[in-house]
Amino acid sequence: MTPKDPGEQKEPYDLDHQCKSSSGHLLMSRVDRGFTGRSRSTTDPSRVPPGQYLTRDFPVLSAGPTPHTSLHEWSFTIRGAVDEPASWTWEEFIALPAETITVDIHCVTKWSKLDTDWRGVPVDTLLDAVDTEAEYLTAWSDGGYTTNLAVEDVTGGRAWVAYEYDGEPLETEHGGPARLLVPGQYFWKSAKWVRGLALTSDDEPGFWEMYGYHNHGDPWLEQRYQGD
Amino acid sequence: MARAAIPGRLTWQLARVVEVVDETPRCKSLVLEPPEWSGHRAGQHVDVRLSAEDGYQAERSYSIASAPEDAHLVLTVERLEDGEVSPYLTEVLRPGDELELRGPIGGYFAWDVSDGGPLLMVAGGSGVVPFRAMLRHWAAAGRTLPARLLYSARTLEDVIYRKEFDRLAETGAEVELTLTRQRPADWPGHRRRVDRDLLAEVAWPPECEPLIYVCGPTAFVEAVAEALVDAGHQPGRIKTERFGPTAA
Repeated sequence: MTPKDPGEQKEPYDLDHQCKSSSGHLLMSRVDRGFTGRSRSTTDPSRVPPGQYLTRDFPVLSAGPTPHTSLHEWSFTIRGAVDEPASWTWEEFIALPAETITVDIHCVTKWSKLDTDWRGVPVDTLLDAVDTEAEYLTAWSDGGYTTNLAVEDVTGGRAWVAYEYDGEPLETEHGGPARLLVPGQYFWKSAKWVRGLALTSDDEPGFWEMYGYHNHGDPWLEQRYQGD
Repeated sequence: MARAAIPGRLTWQLARVVEVVDETPRCKSLVLEPPEWSGHRAGQHVDVRLSAEDGYQAERSYSIASAPEDAHLVLTVERLEDGEVSPYLTEVLRPGDELELRGPIGGYFAWDVSDGGPLLMVAGGSGVVPFRAMLRHWAAAGRTLPARLLYSARTLEDVIYRKEFDRLAETGAEVELTLTRQRPADWPGHRRRVDRDLLAEVAWPPECEPLIYVCGPTAFVEAVAEALVDAGHQPGRIKTERFGPTAA
């Protein structure tokens, strides 16, 4: 845009931006009188998706009690639409080539946390152990939790099974001994206490997806709930 | 579960604020009239969105405090000192204003009489809000099952819905209050944190297979859920809802 003469008439509002609610209905651009919100100067909008706020804490959200599985009993299994299932014990799993990554995470309950440090095994490495044509998978966890993902969203360096956070073993309440880490989608897709991946030919909704949460959950498109 | 269980899309709407009720020095209930409300289950929540003049928007989730049978939608909001949204909702919003919201959301941490019982609810602080909805629904549906609430608050002043819980207790609900920080000299209720001993005293034994809901700050929920599992309750019968210190 060229610099404007102070007396110049303002550009007409961009209708798409100003007047449509996310539901697609035309609304007058509304303001909650007296609401200013927190200072935005410290927030980089390119890193905080719409409707999110930054936290320095690491909030915990789970639907049930935290399961405690000993490392002796723990294993990680890939099964379902595969030629031959693959499984690793804890010792075998942590001996797999791992990566250290720094990513931003976004929870559907509105908090985002920037520059979180993790160490884990890329899902690419795990899927290399099986032969499959399947395009979807369900991650399943101790405690019965499930979530569904497209294979293309968890491959190509997009997802890990993480067992360290901030240089320490992952705490149980945050999903330890190991959790899925899929930073490109809302954090409920990053299943805590993950024990395996079941490949599926059809996309089958997981736990929160059955309760009306969005099937895909892209935070940048604000895909919180079904229909978003 | 069938795919058909997935509800339809949730659109933003402008609810009219009918009344703002003082509950405690830090909590207010917003009595709302949304133009379209398809109904909800006790325990569900809504998303609220505030818009500033420059287009900035902040969203937060709040539990629904009203029963599906109630005439109005009620949210109870605790003011957090460093909060971005809760100070506006508790101090600025007035009757006649409009509030943008969408819902109901969630469905796992929800209860209706068809889910059965006995119903045990364990609340820490403002985690009691969804249980007010469940108890009101329980009463409206004819009090056909045993229902028991164990509610931990810091002081008597912090107890939300105290008079209503007294009335519910007179009609068969069992409400057990524990005050953890300060209590009147003649306080007849419990006097300590919700720990193993208090749960052993108040909760039905695992053999009764109660359906258990726990809601409160993360540390509270972690401790209570773990104590319940250790006492022999099935993890699959325990539903939790946690909110962290940042849940402004």
